[in-house]
Order: sequence, then C-alpha cells, then structure tokens
Amino acid sequence: MSTWPLLSLVTFLPLVGAAFILAARGDEAVVARNARYVALWTSLITFLLSLFIWFGFERGTAEFQFVERAEWFPSLGIAYHMGVDGISMPFVLLSTLLTPLCVLASWDAVQKRVKEYMIAFLVLETLMVGMFCALDFVAFYIFFEGVLIPMFLIIGVWGGPRRVYAAFKFFLYTLAGSVLMLIAMLSLYFTAGTTDIPTLINEVQVPASMQTWLWLAFFASFAVKVPMWPVHTWLPDAHVEAPTAGSVILAGVLLKMGAYGFLRFSMPMLPDATAYFTPLVFALSVIAIIYTSLVALAQSDMKKLIAYSSVAHMGYVTAGIFTATQQGVEGAIFQMLSHGLVSAALFLCVGVVYDRLHTREIARYGGLAQNMPRYAFVFMVFMLASVGLPGTTGFVGEFLVIMGSFQVSTWLGLLVASGMVLGAAYMLLLYRRTVFGTISKEDVRRMLDMNWREKVVFAPLIILAVLFGIYPMPVLDVMSASVENLITNYQLALGEPGAPDMLAHLLPLR
Amino acid sequence: MSIGADIVAALPELFLAGTAIILLMLGVFMRDISTRSIGLLAVAALAFAGALIYLGDGRGTVAFNGLFLNDGFGDFMKVLVLIGAALTIVMALRGLEQEQMNQFEFPVLLVLATVGMLMMISANDLISLYMGLELQSLALYVVAAFRRDSLRSSEAGLKYFVLGSLASGMLLYGMSMVYGFTGSTSFDVLAQVFASQEDAPSIGLIVGIVFIAAGLAFKISAVPFHMWTPDVYEGAPTPVTAFLAAAPKVAAMALLVRVLMGPFGDLVAQWQQIVVFIALASMLLGSFAAIVQSNIKRLMAYSSIGHVGFALVGLAAGSEAGVRGVAVYMAIYLFMTVGVFAVILAMRVNGRAVEAMDDLKGLSKTNPLMALAMAALMFSMAGIPPLAGFFGKFYVFMAAVEAGLFELAVIGVLASVVAAYYYLRIVKVMYFDEPVEAFDKPVGSELASVLAISTLVIVLFVLIPGPIVDGAATAAEALTSAGR
Repeated sequence: MSTWPLLSLVTFLPLVGAAFILAARGDEAVVARNARYVALWTSLITFLLSLFIWFGFERGTAEFQFVERAEWFPSLGIAYHMGVDGISMPFVLLSTLLTPLCVLASWDAVQKRVKEYMIAFLVLETLMVGMFCALDFVAFYIFFEGVLIPMFLIIGVWGGPRRVYAAFKFFLYTLAGSVLMLIAMLSLYFTAGTTDIPTLINEVQVPASMQTWLWLAFFASFAVKVPMWPVHTWLPDAHVEAPTAGSVILAGVLLKMGAYGFLRFSMPMLPDATAYFTPLVFALSVIAIIYTSLVALAQSDMKKLIAYSSVAHMGYVTAGIFTATQQGVEGAIFQMLSHGLVSAALFLCVGVVYDRLHTREIARYGGLAQNMPRYAFVFMVFMLASVGLPGTTGFVGEFLVIMGSFQVSTWLGLLVASGMVLGAAYMLLLYRRTVFGTISKEDVRRMLDMNWREKVVFAPLIILAVLFGIYPMPVLDVMSASVENLITNYQLALGEPGAPDMLAHLLPLR
Repeated sequence: MSIGADIVAALPELFLAGTAIILLMLGVFMRDISTRSIGLLAVAALAFAGALIYLGDGRGTVAFNGLFLNDGFGDFMKVLVLIGAALTIVMALRGLEQEQMNQFEFPVLLVLATVGMLMMISANDLISLYMGLELQSLALYVVAAFRRDSLRSSEAGLKYFVLGSLASGMLLYGMSMVYGFTGSTSFDVLAQVFASQEDAPSIGLIVGIVFIAAGLAFKISAVPFHMWTPDVYEGAPTPVTAFLAAAPKVAAMALLVRVLMGPFGDLVAQWQQIVVFIALASMLLGSFAAIVQSNIKRLMAYSSIGHVGFALVGLAAGSEAGVRGVAVYMAIYLFMTVGVFAVILAMRVNGRAVEAMDDLKGLSKTNPLMALAMAALMFSMAGIPPLAGFFGKFYVFMAAVEAGLFELAVIGVLASVVAAYYYLRIVKVMYFDEPVEAFDKPVGSELASVLAISTLVIVLFVLIPGPIVDGAATAAEALTSAGR
C-alpha cells in the first residue's frame, strides 16, 4: 500500500467519477439516477481510501508523509509535490467524509440538472483534497483558486432567489483577496528561489522588510476566506442562497482554507510579521466573536443565523492560531474540525425542514419536538455541540483556545470566553423557537419525521461529534507533533528560545 | 549570401505568397470551383507552411542583405500565427455560405494577410517591417468591408482603413526620425549604435521611438490607440472578426516585442515607461469598459484590449522572462479567442446571426456541451486556475515581479478581478438564466471541432504545459541572446 500514490489517488479519483457522469447519455431520469449513484460510490470509495491515510499516518513526527513528487514546470523548478502532515491530514479526512454526506443530502432535494450538480461536487472534492495535500505553492494556489469555479456554479445554479448576487459576491470577494497572494507568492519565489513549501518553511528566511508586505498580501487572501470580521459579508449571503449541500461544504471545508493558510504559510514563513500583526488579528477575532454573535441574535433566517455563528466560531480559530501556544493552535485546529462537523450538521438540519416547508424563517416553525422527535434530538445534539457543551467536540476546541488565549493575556481570554455565553444565547433561542412550544401552523403539523436516508446522513456526524468530544486524543495525537514543531520553529525565528509548554508555565498571565 | 540560401530562409513566406496567387488564378479561371475548396486549399497551404517552418533549420540566419531574419522567436510566433489563421479560416467557411459572401477572394486575401504577418515577424529592418505590416493591413481592410451591401461592414472597413493609415503614417514618421538620427534602418546597425552610445539618446530619437511605439500600439489595439477596435469588431462580419482577433494580434505583438527588445533593447529605460503606461491603461479600460457591453462582439473587443494589456505587462519587464511571458500569453490567448469566436459563430437563430449577450441565455440547457466549453473559456479568460489563462497571467506577472514592477503587477491583478466580473456574467447568462430560443443545430463539424480543439488546449494545459512553455522559453532565449 505504501508504494501507491495514495494522496493523488484520493485527490483525483472524484474526477474519474465526474468524467463517468459527464459521459452519461440518455433519458433524463435515468441519467439523474445514475449520476447520483456514481457520485455516491465514487465519494464513498474516496472516503475509504482516505481512511488508509488516517491509519497509515505515523503519529509523533512532524515530517510530511505520503510524499509524492513529479516534474511539472521543470524550467521554473515548480513541481507537483504532495504530502500531508498532522495539520493538513485531518482536513483531508473531513473533506472526504463530508462529500458523500452532501451527495446523500441532495438525493431528493436536488431535482434539476442532477448530472451537472454531481459533477460540480466531485470536482469540488478533488480541489479541496488537493489543496490540503499540495506541498508546492503554485499547486496550492491552483487548488485554492480552482474551488471558486464549482462553488460559483453550485450557488448560482441551484441556489435560492438571490443566488446570482450571492454567487458573484462570493467569487469576486475571494478572487480579489487571492490575486494579491499571487503577487506575494511570486515575490517570495524570487526571494527564495523555490515554491516548494517544505523548503520555504524550513530553510528560507525572508528579509524582515519584505515580510510585512507579504504577510499583508497573504492576509488579504486568507482573511476573506476565513472570513474575518470586516470582510465576512460575503458569507451570510453565500450561505443563505446556496443549496443545503453547498452550505455544508462551504462551512465544513472552504472556511478552513483561510485558517489553514495562516498555519501553513503566514506563521512558519513570515514569523516576524506574524508577531508584529498578532494584536491586529486578536482585535479582529474578538470583534468577530462578539459582534457577529450579537448579529446572529437578531436574525430571523435560520441559515443566516448559523452563518453568523460560523464567523464567530472562526474568530476562535484565528485567535487560537495567533496565540502561538500549543494549546491555542491545537485548539484552533480542533475547533476547525469540530466546526466542520457541527456546522455542516446544523446546515443539514436546516435542510431537513427546508425540504419539507421550503422556508427558512424561524417564525414559520415551532413545536417540531411534537411531530418530529428524532429530528429534535439530532438538532439538539448539534446545537449543544455548537454551544460548546462538555462532552461534545465544540467544547474541546473552545476550551483549548481559551486556555491558549489566557496564556497570552487575561483580557484576550476573557473576551474570547464571552463568545461562549453569547453562542449559547443565540443557539438556544433558535432551538426554542423552532423546536419547542406548541404547533400553531397546520403545514408544520403535517411534516414527517426524518426518513432513513436522513438518519444515515446524520449518524456518522453524531457519532464523531460525541466520540471526539469525550475522547479527543486520537485527533490531538495526529496533530501534536506538527503543531509542536510549528511553534518551536516560530519561537526560534523570533529569537525566543524555550519549549512552548515551558512558556505556558512561566507566563500564565503575561 | 547566395540567392538560393535567401530563398531557403524565406521559403514558408514565398510558398504562401505563391499559393495565394495560384488560388487567385484558380478562382478566376475555374468559375465552378467553390469557395469551400479554395478555403480548404488555403488551410492546407498554411499547414504546409507550418511544416516548412518546423522542419527548417534556419536558426538565426539573416537573408536578403539583412532585411529578413529567421530565428527561434520568429518560428514560435509564426507557428502561432499559422495555427490562428488556419483555425479561423476553417471556422469561416460555413459562415461565409450562410452570410452569402462566399466569394473566392476571401480565403485568398486571408492567405495574403498571413504572408504579411509572417514577414512582419521576420523583419530585421524598418523597411521590411513596414512592407509586411502594410501587406497584412491592406488585406485586412478589404475583408473588414467584405459585405459591401452592409452599411455596418462598409463603415467598419472604412474606419479601420482611415485609422490604420493614420497609424501607419505615425509609424513611418517615427521610422524616418530614427533613420535621421542614426543613419540606418537596419535592426543590427541600430542595436550596435545604441549599444556603443555612452550618453543619453537625443530627444529626436526618443520622439522617433515614441512614434514607432504609437504606430505599433495601434496594431495591437492598446489604449490609447484602441478606439477602432470595438467598432471594427462589431461592424465586420463575424468570420472576419474572428480572424482579426486571433492571428494579427499575435503577429503585431511579436513585432512590437522584436522591435523594442531587438534594436531598441539598450534603450529599455526610454521605452519602459511607455509600455508600462499603455499596459496599465489597456488593462483598466479593457476591464471597466467591457462591463457595460451587451453585444458579445463588442465585449470581445474590450476583452482583447484587456488581454493585450496583460501581455504588455510581460514586455514592460524588458527581460527574457518577460518575452517568455508574452509568448506564453499570446499562445494561450490565441486558443481562447478562437474558441470563443467558434461559439459566437454558432450563435444563429432561425438562420440569422445573433450577437447579443442575452441570446446565450440558458445555453447550458439547450446545448450543454457548448455551454461547458464556453464556460471553461470564460473562466480561462478571467485567469482562474487550473485553466490555461491563469498560467498566461502567471508568467507575465512573474516577469513583472522579477523586474520589480510591483505597482504594475498589483494594479494588473486587481484589473483582472474587475474583468472577471464580465466573464462571469457570460457564465451566469448561460447557466443561471432560463433558456430563450435555442440556436440552430447542428452547428457544423468545422465549428464543433475548432471549439473542441481550443477547449482541450485550454483545459489540458495544466497537465501538459511543456509544448507551449518550452517553445516560448526557446523563443525568448533566441530573441534576447541574439543582440547581446
């Protein structure tokens, strides 16, 4: 197995499925059914293959594993270089897990242009996985940007009434940030003479004068993707208009790309500038946590509320990353994974009732606990996981981030923690207004509980959210060596020797 | 050098010129021969000329007393021109029949224009440059006005002719200034003069260079000499527009690169600011002005202005990497443009050509494959990876960053975001909107195959970048090492 190009296989297998679907001809209903099955099987096989990565991954080392390398642009020294470490590997699994669930969730919900829909999702999977595996900056950029094409089509073709506006806003916002990163990437190339990510991380020291500009250019791209507070406005629009599965991928994986960029590029390659701009990131993160939580409280649209909660949750992630402590960074990564499961599930929960009533107005629902008890249970689990109830993944991530924040400054820790309270407020409010109370509307009363397909979709998400909430070690083990390496190198570059956990003991209230 | 060696050096050009005359004779004396046959013969001749270039080993040979130069840069650009010309003639065949303008002169004129382009690319003297340029231009003026009974076509031809002559006049004026201040028109002598000059060049010489640059900027339709482009693109018959947008742009760009990097290579400091300005202006105007267009041919005109701006970013770097960037960009631009025009030529409803953007509404339902190809081309034009258009921009901006032109690069990429808006708008019209009347089917094997070829090149470039990238690298090396 080890001689197989496993990462390339996982990355490009969905494309093969997409090609099959593209070639399908004939009666529309038959083509649609075949497209669904091909997409489901392709994504399931991809997921099974990616399990080999999870189990074959050697814990306790920060080295890149499953490395593949092939010539691509030999005259420029740009190669097709793939590999994963403890930071990127969990995200590969997250992507391959969510894609089959998306296909299942769209089984009945999507009835028009099924063929194109499934192709778009499979292409999207290839690009997502490729982005997390790429170890060459140019390859990374290609996957990073390429994601825009299928997502633009998914929002624009299968989205809600204002889908055109949302699709354009999503595309142009993200593109504007990314092109600046392209320029930064090129100047980094001429400074370092390579686009190889491991080389850039380990061997290249970028002059301090350049770091500021490069960091800002990277920030423009990653902050839009995360999204951080002032540039987050595309996200609620995109979420509200996207079809359910589009929201799932958007919240589950695409938002993680920006934070992953901070971890992979900004921090290890530009340590001085990262340290310099850390207060800025903290300020924006705290604003994101508190301000967007308050905005979420005022929403009347279920998806919009969850979208704003995503911005708040990503605020934890950015704050955690820039604490540059073992707990903070691990917490940030764990929070990303947790958010990938939980917010994806929450969007699926919205999708379940949206499929039945075709509205996302919170006020239109109420009393769902009476006629949809199973749905109420599932929704409750994920609502509580999103709030950060102990015993769910949400708690582990938020707790670690808050711990990391307190090591940096008490105020930061306090402000970040306040988000947990606000998060409880809007999520519980949402839950009370939709699920509790009495049923006052006839059409709501007629709604049926979840069918077997929907249960299948939620089952793995519930299991993972609770399992890793109670016992997070398997995930933390995977990433700890890489995170430790990242932080040690970061501190070394800043001229502050000393292991991070020592720092944690010496400077609890700095 | 003997006359025999001269002829061998210019064999592809001579062959094509001879073919054009034979085709003309065929058309005149064999009344019953169809335009289609003449056109196919012309395409075969272009392919044969391409083979001659490919097989020829005349690297760096100078012929006809230094008037004509054969080098790797020329070979690459000539092959591009021939591909562009051949594909667009193939596409035009059916359009000519549908538009009742299938006269045999059409392919003959296009072959003559192609000969002119090849001569431009190989020019090693200001005089032979002018000869090639005029041969190309005169043929194109005629085809732009090919539908004599159409007011728009005649107007387009006339406008093109008047403004083109003005540009040629400026070019000649600049050339005479350069001759007056240096005493030669030969590129080799000019390069030597400038290389040996210690002090700054005289004002008169700079004025001459500015005029030459202005004249050539007109030919590539760079801002501020772009005014003719939208009107001519819109007014000319669509098969002609397709031709105008592809090969002549490549040839004129090659010429500009050769002139500025060759004889004036040592005066980079003098012309760099001009190129930076026209690159910036073209990118910005191409992006912003296209937003409000509703006619797809006009839109393509502004799009081409923008693309020329991006290609000029590479030239502005004034380095070997820059020339490579321009070469890669023009190669990719050629295939993108040809593909888009294949779609535009297929836009016919009930036997009548339509050219409003709204006519594409719902194309993804009425003709899914064509819509898919068009969407790929549009994303490529917007420069979104993994499509080829991204790599074109990647190479030119790489050169600009290497040369330290950060402001130019940043404004350029931001302009490309603006431009992405109107390319996305076409995708939106095709995919998000409900269908209007479907286009006539079948679109014809010529259009379908040209569209398939260009789309495949655009999509598969990311996997097999070698042929274009290596060819461009060789071309750039040949151009920049020759003078030094």
